[in-house]
Amino acid sequence: MQLRGPRATAVALTLPLLAFIGLSFVAPLGTLLSKSAYEPNVANILPRTLAALDGWDGDGLPPEAAFASLAEELPKARQERTLVRVAGPVNRLKSGMRRVLTRTARQVEKAEYAGSWRETLIGINPAWQEPDTWLAIQAAGARFTLRHYLQALDLERRPDGGIGLRSEESRIYMPLLWRTLLVSLGVTLLCLAIGYPIAHLIATSPPKRSNLLLLMVLVPFWTSLLVRTTAWIVLLQRQGVINSLLVALGITPDSERLEMIYNMTGTFTAMTHVLLPFMVLPLYSVMRSIPPTHMAAAASLGANPVQGFMRVYLPQTLPGIGAGGLLVFILAIGYYITPALVGGRSGQLISNMIAYHVQTSLNWGLAAALSSILLVAVIGLYLIYSRLIGIDRMRLG
Amino acid sequence: MNGDAPHIEYIGVRKRYDRSNWVVSDLDLSVERGEFLTLLGPSGSGKTTCLMMLAGFEAPSAGEIRIKGAPVDGLPPDKRGIGVVFQNYALFPHMTVGGNLAFPLEVRGMAATERRERVERALALVRMEGFGDRRPGQLSGGQQQRIAIARALVFEPDLVLMDEPLGALDRRLREELQYEIRRIQRQLGVTVVYVTHDQQEAMAMSDRVAVFRAGRIEQVAAPEVLYEEPQRAFVASFIGENNLLPGRILSINKGVCAVEVDGRQIEAAHIGGLPVGAEALVAIRPERVRITREAGQLANEHEAQVEDISFLGDHLRVRLSLCGTSNFIAKIPNIIGHGGILPGDTVQVGWAALDCRALDVESN
Ligand SMILES: Nc1ncnc2c1ncn2[C@@H]1O[C@H](COP(=O)(O)OP(=O)(O)OP(=O)(O)O)[C@@H](O)[C@H]1O
Ligand SMILES: [Mg+2]
Repeated sequence: MQLRGPRATAVALTLPLLAFIGLSFVAPLGTLLSKSAYEPNVANILPRTLAALDGWDGDGLPPEAAFASLAEELPKARQERTLVRVAGPVNRLKSGMRRVLTRTARQVEKAEYAGSWRETLIGINPAWQEPDTWLAIQAAGARFTLRHYLQALDLERRPDGGIGLRSEESRIYMPLLWRTLLVSLGVTLLCLAIGYPIAHLIATSPPKRSNLLLLMVLVPFWTSLLVRTTAWIVLLQRQGVINSLLVALGITPDSERLEMIYNMTGTFTAMTHVLLPFMVLPLYSVMRSIPPTHMAAAASLGANPVQGFMRVYLPQTLPGIGAGGLLVFILAIGYYITPALVGGRSGQLISNMIAYHVQTSLNWGLAAALSSILLVAVIGLYLIYSRLIGIDRMRLG
Repeated sequence: MNGDAPHIEYIGVRKRYDRSNWVVSDLDLSVERGEFLTLLGPSGSGKTTCLMMLAGFEAPSAGEIRIKGAPVDGLPPDKRGIGVVFQNYALFPHMTVGGNLAFPLEVRGMAATERRERVERALALVRMEGFGDRRPGQLSGGQQQRIAIARALVFEPDLVLMDEPLGALDRRLREELQYEIRRIQRQLGVTVVYVTHDQQEAMAMSDRVAVFRAGRIEQVAAPEVLYEEPQRAFVASFIGENNLLPGRILSINKGVCAVEVDGRQIEAAHIGGLPVGAEALVAIRPERVRITREAGQLANEHEAQVEDISFLGDHLRVRLSLCGTSNFIAKIPNIIGHGGILPGDTVQVGWAALDCRALDVESN
């Protein structure tokens, strides 16, 4: 194919767009996906140690060459300030290893050579005579690894090499993912239950009132998320407006103020409020396109109001329900700030865990794996939805 | 229910949407079984409102509507069993044509086999056999309107209301469907109340026409009666074309009166008991006006100046100066020897006294 004249110009004109998509979408996603499974640090920093461990199968102690290489590569990494990149991943596989590695790196230069590097290192720290220590280094040294995914799915590698579920009490992420999906589903249904009548009212009111109602939906939408969430705290907390009112009216005794925030109730309330416009707007846009004569026609044909609604109105709003539902569900699945602020301990969602691993534990591989699983869940949903309803029929407003 | 009662009766019906103006006032009207009655009137005259009150979508503010002698006050639309055809068709886009037609039967709990049979029959009635599986969006405007009509008839109501059903169609299609609707109405013997603001449509289709003006009925009559014997100036000008000349009644003699118009005397049929000396509008149909060159050949003969002539194929349209107006219209059939009249000529015009009616001058 030859590109010349206007055609080439046209292609050239799309380049900024392609660059934008590449920078803003493909690159971050690619980085994320690669972080979850590709960890070259340990392999780059301890190449010779890992080479020496290559043939070792965990039986007894590794060969002397492994000890010798480590004794050389650890101090080097310390000087180049890359030791943390080794210590972190190894420590995650065997706790306490961060200290072992940093101490060994510091002491090995000054230590007296005890005839063999094996004796020397064991002299510095007895941990070096445990095969587990070396297995951890060996595992952390793999450039490509599925261990973040295993961890994110609450799976573990058994001593015999097989893969199995972790013990009940150490499963964290799958229950959290389930909770996230259930909360998202609940929030979506709640938004639908509240948003449908609102959208219907807006769509069928005379223009003046409908503009006012639309504004009332949109103003919170334009207000900062933080302001809205804080407002809920003011309303719902133990000493908040609602509780004080209930106590003042004598409905609840002072000792039994309701726990409406810093738990699942808080998360539900605030998230439903925050996400409601995303349900109302697509519904409104679909409902506005349904001529009012349709319901009149249904009545004239003998359908009572319920039949008219079920057979004529509701089916025509399905694309709006689909679009709003999908939008709210996807946003809810990834919701972070609101549960963090009002969720307490029991109202945390998977995104809060991802944020924790990005910001606090610095386990980016695990954070990336969790994010990827979330991404797959969303894409899967989207595909199911488009198969069932047809994405071309979805109306976003 | 009363076997002799008219199919529909409006008795002193009034309607207003807000505090201030009556959209319909003092409406008394009855429609016989099997009749095709058209509500005709300018935009905003309350035609749709009358229809919606009958269908049950609006309630009268005062007065009573009866169907077959029984008041229908408070009866919801879905219990009235009236077929309604809306201007924008109101076909359900998420159902096929067959689904649309089956809908009224389904909500009545009819068995599937009978339903299918009825739908087929309704499609045949509007000559749309084989379109049952299409979606409304895949049909032309005219086809959609046929389906809308079929849907209003499929559950066999004996009363069908149509609100400007042909308003959105082009002229050709409109004429074709006018004929179809009339054929179907005759075939089924249903009563039809039809709304339009197109007077030709009203004339072509109706047994009787009710002419509306600002929420009141001016005259209800068969089309030819409305045309030949309008009782009021509004009807005379709204139905067909009329020259309306303002004047004063000089004398009355056995149903014929003499009216002074711009210093001349015109003889006209005397309508509505106007007394001598009253102001009157004299209405003369353009096609009843004769034109000659020589004087003394016509009744009601007057001299006039030809202002303008337009050739319209089957007739000539001549604009004349007469009786103080320069907009007096005469239509002359296009037959050989129409006289070679030219603009600027002075001619004699005249008409039979009974083709000319003296009507009450109305306020506004
Ligand atoms: N729902 C309503 N609320 C308030 N006013 C209304 C309503 N429906 C109609 N009107 C008013 O009532 C008057 C008569 O309206 P209607 O629709 O009956 O007229 P129409 O004869 O059908 O006119 P058209 O030929 O334009 O359809 C109009 O002035 C209109 O503005
Ligand atoms: Mg109307």
